[in-house]
Amino acid sequence: MVSVGTVPGPIQSIERAAAMLRLLARGSGEYGLAEVAASLGLPKGTAHGILRTLQRVAFVEQDEETGRYRLGAALLHLGTSYLDANELRSRSLNWADALAARSGQEVRIGVHHDGAVLVVHHVFRPDDTMQTLGIGAMLPLHATAFGKVLLAYDADLSAATRRRELTSLTRRTIVTPQSLERVLTQVRAAGWANDAEEYLPGEASIAAPIRAPGGLVVGAIGISGSVDRICDSASRAKPALVSQVASAAEAISRALSD
Amino acid sequence: MAQRYVMAIDQGTTSTRCILFDQSARLVSVAQREHRQYHPRPGWVEQDAVEIWRNVDRIMPHALRDAGVSADQVVALGITNQRETAVVWDRHTGVPVGRAIVWEDIRTEDLVGELGARPGSDAVRDRCGLPLATYFSAPKLRWLLDNTPGLRDRAERGDVLFGTMDTWLIWNLTGGVSGGLHVTDVTNASRTMLMNITTQQWDDELLSFFDIPARLLPEIRPSTEIHGRTSRVVPGITIAAALGDQHAALFGQTCFAKGETKCTYGTGSFLLMNTGEQLVKSEHGLLTTIGYQIGGEPATYALEGSIAVTGSLVQWFRDKLGLIQSAPEIETLARTVTDNGGCYIVPAFSGLFAPHWHSEARGIIVGLTSYISKGHLARAVLEATAWQTREVVDAMTAELGVASTALKVDGGMTADHLLMQTIADVLDVPVLRPMVAETVSLGAAYAAGLAVGYWPDLEGLRRNWHLAARWTPQWNAADREDEYANWKRAVELTFGWAKPRRSR
Repeated sequence: MVSVGTVPGPIQSIERAAAMLRLLARGSGEYGLAEVAASLGLPKGTAHGILRTLQRVAFVEQDEETGRYRLGAALLHLGTSYLDANELRSRSLNWADALAARSGQEVRIGVHHDGAVLVVHHVFRPDDTMQTLGIGAMLPLHATAFGKVLLAYDADLSAATRRRELTSLTRRTIVTPQSLERVLTQVRAAGWANDAEEYLPGEASIAAPIRAPGGLVVGAIGISGSVDRICDSASRAKPALVSQVASAAEAISRALSD
Repeated sequence: MAQRYVMAIDQGTTSTRCILFDQSARLVSVAQREHRQYHPRPGWVEQDAVEIWRNVDRIMPHALRDAGVSADQVVALGITNQRETAVVWDRHTGVPVGRAIVWEDIRTEDLVGELGARPGSDAVRDRCGLPLATYFSAPKLRWLLDNTPGLRDRAERGDVLFGTMDTWLIWNLTGGVSGGLHVTDVTNASRTMLMNITTQQWDDELLSFFDIPARLLPEIRPSTEIHGRTSRVVPGITIAAALGDQHAALFGQTCFAKGETKCTYGTGSFLLMNTGEQLVKSEHGLLTTIGYQIGGEPATYALEGSIAVTGSLVQWFRDKLGLIQSAPEIETLARTVTDNGGCYIVPAFSGLFAPHWHSEARGIIVGLTSYISKGHLARAVLEATAWQTREVVDAMTAELGVASTALKVDGGMTADHLLMQTIADVLDVPVLRPMVAETVSLGAAYAAGLAVGYWPDLEGLRRNWHLAARWTPQWNAADREDEYANWKRAVELTFGWAKPRRSR
């Protein structure tokens, strides 16, 4: 939907940031703070604030020895994967454990890989029964809570998935593009997704998005278990579990911005 | 009534963390800050104790704020710390006399060589349970006394204080120059080489052997005991436990029974086995140490296999070689290849610790051919941690005459899936990770919570332990034995490299 009202003008700090990147791309490629400020006619404080922000998103690096600024490595890899999956696991470890302990369910973290959900982290259900580590497993995007979260915040991936045949895995799997689209809209509105016997009979999941600084969704964290433990009698996800999953997702997103 | 929590401060080698736990041992909030490592000369590793104290000053309020918890909801604080790292400061100003000398630092190698040649050196190990090595606090403290102008006089006059990081933090938290407590716990004291491992008191003969004035030393206390209350940063919190990080991890893994073992993967890695009230002297290169001491009870002993360089090898790969951007990317890089390509890295950066104790060893990369890519090097980095674990596990097996059937692990590196799988492969036993990877902090919290009755007893703590992940061995026996033989040959190549400096 297009919002009605005043169209905002250009945002000055973004223009200045763009000018800084152009500046750093020139000549020797290394500039001190005073040189950046002088080159762009900015007060040092303003230039410093913008450089620090660019450094935070890794578009700019600062030399540890000389304190001079240069373009960051992230600029070269803008099109490739934004957050390393192993780093995501490492930064999520504490919160995934806490979610498993709190919910009493198994916890997984999934990222998109090659048209499916790749499980990059798995914490056992805390009941000390024999379980198998599921890291590296692939899950279908359209039939799992994890996949729905990844689809809901990735328009390209969502369009591509809806063009493909949506394989029926149980009698409750979503198989039409229209109903998938409708569900993804709900996911965006609610901020979480679930599946109830859409992937495996008797199994249900709840998942929420993990966001990198700036809001980009880089993965989904969720819990899975038997449908009677995850859902109420009307096959709706239990609110207490939803809020635990959402809190864990928020805690990880916060940790990623530290 | 408002929910109540226990706070842990984990003052580690590279960062300091403050974590709040609830009664079910679930992590509620965590705040963390890294501190700078100084490498002024080859083999020297230093830290700024004031920077570490400032970090504590920031993370304690931060952890409370994140959880929306007030100080009066915190029933106890447990402090755990990197061990052996030595700091000396002025008791009147609170200012350290220089940077802290970190446990990995090997500047005292020549001094240790001289001490080892002196009469009486044979008795040192019997008295303190440790071999003469650069690793422990006493040689570092002696070095500071010998090399800081005027320090010995100030020490004799009682103007300066010595401590490991637990002592430094408790002194500061309880008031610093205005009445700060100068105490340490028995586990930290057991790493100095100055404590008698049998009596658990400072030992006059050890003090005279290392020529260290007794006035410098803190009072030795049990690991769990009400030490006092914080008067700074967040005032009014009861400090109810202090113990070295590896001892805290043993506690956090609930290894309360004789024979129970854990391995913690951090900057270095440390395998500890609870040996109960029995003091076991190792024939196989392991250390005798105090596991923990609950106030009013006899100390529980432990055997330890210390590995100096594991996580720090990954950091070296990141910071000094620049082949990865972040530590977890080592796994991504290692997965670009399927094996080590014949390449082995033995990270004897601080000599080799257990079970070899070769302080003159230095690191090598061996097996290089033009085939080797950075992916193979990344594999070799991870495998170095796995094989070093195998060596200390084998030493533990030789000591006991029975092999273990699984390895309980914890620490930040347990997030590395490929590493954990490789450890299972080289050990040929399952590797088990508990629900809280931050076991060091959890152990400090447990010890503190136990002291104030937040948790009733050890059995109650045991029930909080749940399995979070299990890696099962996949290699075949022939490959494992071939690789182990290669690793052992690589280790032998590191021996005898460093030569004593020519006297000037």
